Amino acid sequence: MSVTVHLPTVLRAHAGGAKDVTADGTTVGEVLTSLAAEYPGLSGQVINGDGTLHKFVNVYVNDDDVRYMSALDTPVTDSDEVSILPAVAGGATDLPGTRPA
Amino acid sequence: MTAYSSVLDLIGNTPLVDITALSPNPDARILIKLEGQNPGGSVKDRIALSMIEQAESDGRLSPGQTLIEPTSGNTGIGMAMVCKLKGYRLTVVLPSNVSPERRQLLEVWGAEIIESPGAEGSNGAVKMARGLAADHPEWAFLYQYANPANPQAHYRGTGPEIWRDCPEITHFVAGLGTSGTLLGCGRYLKEQNPDVKIWAIEPPAGEMVDGLRNLDDGYIPPIFVDGGGAELLDGKRIVRPRESIEWTRRLTDVGIFAGISSGAAVAGAAKCAESIERGTIVVVSADGGWKYLSTGAWTDDLDVVEKRAQEIIYF
Repeated sequence: MSVTVHLPTVLRAHAGGAKDVTADGTTVGEVLTSLAAEYPGLSGQVINGDGTLHKFVNVYVNDDDVRYMSALDTPVTDSDEVSILPAVAGGATDLPGTRPA
Repeated sequence: MTAYSSVLDLIGNTPLVDITALSPNPDARILIKLEGQNPGGSVKDRIALSMIEQAESDGRLSPGQTLIEPTSGNTGIGMAMVCKLKGYRLTVVLPSNVSPERRQLLEVWGAEIIESPGAEGSNGAVKMARGLAADHPEWAFLYQYANPANPQAHYRGTGPEIWRDCPEITHFVAGLGTSGTLLGCGRYLKEQNPDVKIWAIEPPAGEMVDGLRNLDDGYIPPIFVDGGGAELLDGKRIVRPRESIEWTRRLTDVGIFAGISSGAAVAGAAKCAESIERGTIVVVSADGGWKYLSTGAWTDDLDVVEKRAQEIIYF
């Protein structure tokens, strides 16, 4: 299963400047893990060492925020588009129990 | 008709209008709350008054004092209006890429404007205002992103108004900026009926902010964290500029001239309507269309307007 992943400006340098890349997986977590394997610079940027999403990263499947679906277990299929966006003022989210910078 | 003693008494009690004609599912009613009817022209009048009156009662504000606030426009406009009436001075930190009408309205109400880099979006304004507030302890920094009086204005005002006017509500949809509207209304509505679902709509802000150096520059409003936002929301969805403008135009078919973020919110409400069998969706229109005429949102070629919208902050 190969899905398209849209990268934010801040992460593109780690993927050779690419805006859109493809990655394999049947869940968001698998897609992000295979992305980090392909582009080691992304490793630790999106998923923390403990396997959770980075607090300042929002991941969307077809524009729905996965934190409000099944998080990293959210299933994806071939036609899905995954977008990674940094959390910024004016469009923010958080993991339960974490503090802002 | 009552004669009001002050314009400030006109804040709140905004109308709710049925726009089911735009719903993709006839069994999913959509009602829109027109916050542009507030005297300063946006939903932010509510938090401007709430934050300032809370600070007055806490003794954090004294007559003639200067306030500083980071804002992409509407909060600043509401605060500037309230400050003018109450005799305070206001300095706003405003990203350089807001619509010219927002800037002009701030000038109408006598606010002093300090520009922050447009490329850094609202993040840049927040950072600069925090720095200036630290350098000027004599200024009052009410800080909408961290002030409980922001969600409180919606918990005490907007939420109860919606429940009063529409107790059959099943879904509440609003834009996510500081998160104040969603937190305050969401908490109030869930207390009345725990089955009410709360949906947040956001622009792809993190895509539009080019000035972010790394992910650790990210920002989450403290009120969202302290108010348990992640647990309160049932869904969060991005609506992109093109779809936002299309829905802003569609709103005129039912006689509603609203801002671009309202188009985004209604696009989210339409998505919500598609996803349910039946229900009643209440969506918030944060402001009217007046401040966005210069974007050509209603009149120019959609491709051109889409590109323009990517360059300004409209939430």
